[in-house]
Amino acid sequence: MSTAPTLAIRDATKRFGAVLALDSVSLEVSAGTVLALLGDNGAGKSTLIKCISGVHRLDSGTIEVDGAPVQMTNPAVARAAGIETVYQDLALFDNLDTTANFFAGREEAAPAWLPRGLRWMRGKQMAAHSAEVVGRLKINLPARTASVGMMSGGQRQAIAVARSAAFASRVVILDEPTAALGLRESRQVLDLILRLRDEGCAVIVISHAMDHVMEIADHAVVMRRGRVVGEATPEPENRARIVSLIVGGEDSLSQRSDP
Amino acid sequence: MLEPDQIAASTRDAVRAPADSAARPAGTVRLVGLVLTLLRLGPLLILVVLIAVLSNLSPVFFTPQNLGNVLTQCAAIAILAIGQLLVILTRGIDLSVGSTLALSAVVGALVYAETASGFATILAMLLTGALVGAVNGFGYVYGRLPHPFIVTLATLSIARGLALGLSGGQPISGMPDIVTSIGGGAATWLAPWFPNAAFLVAAVAILVTVLLRGLVWGRWIYAVGGSPEGARRVGIPRSRVLVSVYVLSGLLAGVAAIVTSGRLNAGSPTFGQLAELDAIAAVVIGGASFLGGRGHVGNALIGAIMIGVIRNGMNLLNVEAFLQLIVIGVVIVIAVESDVIRGALEARFRVLKAASA
Repeated sequence: MSTAPTLAIRDATKRFGAVLALDSVSLEVSAGTVLALLGDNGAGKSTLIKCISGVHRLDSGTIEVDGAPVQMTNPAVARAAGIETVYQDLALFDNLDTTANFFAGREEAAPAWLPRGLRWMRGKQMAAHSAEVVGRLKINLPARTASVGMMSGGQRQAIAVARSAAFASRVVILDEPTAALGLRESRQVLDLILRLRDEGCAVIVISHAMDHVMEIADHAVVMRRGRVVGEATPEPENRARIVSLIVGGEDSLSQRSDP
Repeated sequence: MLEPDQIAASTRDAVRAPADSAARPAGTVRLVGLVLTLLRLGPLLILVVLIAVLSNLSPVFFTPQNLGNVLTQCAAIAILAIGQLLVILTRGIDLSVGSTLALSAVVGALVYAETASGFATILAMLLTGALVGAVNGFGYVYGRLPHPFIVTLATLSIARGLALGLSGGQPISGMPDIVTSIGGGAATWLAPWFPNAAFLVAAVAILVTVLLRGLVWGRWIYAVGGSPEGARRVGIPRSRVLVSVYVLSGLLAGVAAIVTSGRLNAGSPTFGQLAELDAIAAVVIGGASFLGGRGHVGNALIGAIMIGVIRNGMNLLNVEAFLQLIVIGVVIVIAVESDVIRGALEARFRVLKAASA
C-alpha cells in the first residue's frame, strides 16, 4: 500500500493583496484516514480549504489528487475530481426537501441531448438514490419529503455531510462540522465522519473542539499565520503540545522547520 | 373545535415543552403541524368562503354570466401574477409588468395598423414583453444591482413613457380577429358565457407548472430563491436563472397584453396601470412567500381569482370604491402576516421536533 496520497498539497501560497494568507503550505491525506486541520482564527485554514475546493486559486504550489496535479480553477473542477466540501454555513436549501438538496446542481434528468436545464427530472430515481445514501450512512431523518428548513441543526448538518458523502469519491472536507451542534447531534455527525473514513474517503476536518479532534483524527496539522507550524498524532499525551502549537507557545518555535 | 380549556392546556404544553423533553411535545408538534397545514390551505379556504358568502348576499354573483365576467377580468392579472410568481420565487420583484403590458399593446396595435397581420401583431407583443424583461434581467444581474426593485422601477417608467410616445398618448383602436377572439371572445361551443381568455390562462398555468415541477431549470429557480449563495456553490448557473425569470415575466406581460387589447379591441398607453401591484398582491394573497423559494402556480391563480372576486362582489353589492381598496389592502397585510407566522411556526416546529426526537 505504498501508493500516492489521495490528496497532496505542495508549497501552496496564496496572497490577498499585502496579506500572505498561505505561506508554502504542504500536507497530505491518505484514503481511509482523518486529518484534523487546526489553528486559531485567521491561521489560514479556511483559505486553504477554499483553494482545495476551487473557490480560490493558488498563486503558486500544486494540488495533487491520487498523484496527478489538478488545476482547481472553480468548484466544478474540484467536484469532478471527487472532492466535496461541507461549508460552515452548510449551503443547504431550506425550501427544498432532502432529495432535492442532495441533487442540487446535479439533478438526474433526461433526455441527455437537451441542455441540462431543459431536461425532465427523474424524481423517483433521485429519491431512490438518496434513500440509499441515507440508509448506507445510517442517518436518522424525518420523512425525506419534508423541507430541510423544518429540520433540527443536527439533521441539517447530517444532510450536508451526506450530500458530500454521496458524491465524493475521494476527499471530503468539513469546516467546523460540530460548531453549531448540541452534544447528541455532534455525536451523530462524528459517527458519520468515521463512517466516511471507513468507506475509504480521505477526510479533512477543521475544528476547534479538541475532544472531537482527539477522538476522530488520525493525524493533526496545526497552522498559524498561513504556515504549517507543526504536526502531531492526536493522542492524549500530545494534547498540551497541540494546544500550545495552536496558540503559539514556546514549544511551537522549536517546531518551525525554517528560521 | 377546541374548547377554551383545551386551548389553554395546549398553550401550557407549548410553554412547558422544552423543559420536559419526551412525552409532552408530541401533542404540541401535532397542533403546530395542524396550524401549518391550515395556513397552507388558507387562501383556498378563504376563496371558497368568499364565494359562498357572495353567492348568498347577491343573487347575481353565482350566475354563469357573472362568473364569466369574473374570469374575463381575472385573466390578465392571473397571467401577470404567474410571471410575477417566477420572479418572487427567486426573491425578486418585477414592478414593470403593468407598463410592459401597455407598451406591448401599443406596439401590437401599431404593427397591426402597418401589416394587418394577426401573426405579426402577436409576435410583436410577445417580443416587446420579452425585450423589456431582458432589460430588467440583464440590468439587475450584470449591472450587479443590489435588488431588482430599482431596475424594474426604471423600466416601469421607461416602458410607460415609450407607450405614451409611440401612441401619441391616444388609444389606437383595431386588433386582429385572433387577438379579439382570445381576449374578448367566448367559447360558445362550451358555454356562451365562458371566456376564451380562461383557456389562455390555463395554458400558461400548465406550461409554467411543467417548468417548475418537471424541469431541472424549475428546480434551479427554487434553489436560487432558497439560497442564492448555496446555488452558486453547487454550480447552478445563478445569473442565467435570474435573467430567465425576468424575461419570462416580461413575455407573460406580452401575453397579458393580448388579452387586454383583445378585450378592448385597441392598444392603449393607459393599459395596465397599477397592474404590477395587483400581480404582486395576487401572488402574496395566494400564499406564495414574498421571501422567495416557496409557492406554486396555484397560489398565483387563487390570488388573482380572489382579487377578481372581491372587486366583482363588492361592485355587485354597491360597496364604494374606496372600501374596495381598503379591503384588498387589509387582505394583503393578512396574507403577508400569515407568511411571517408560518416562518415562525416552522422554527418552533423544528425546536419541538428536536426536543421530542
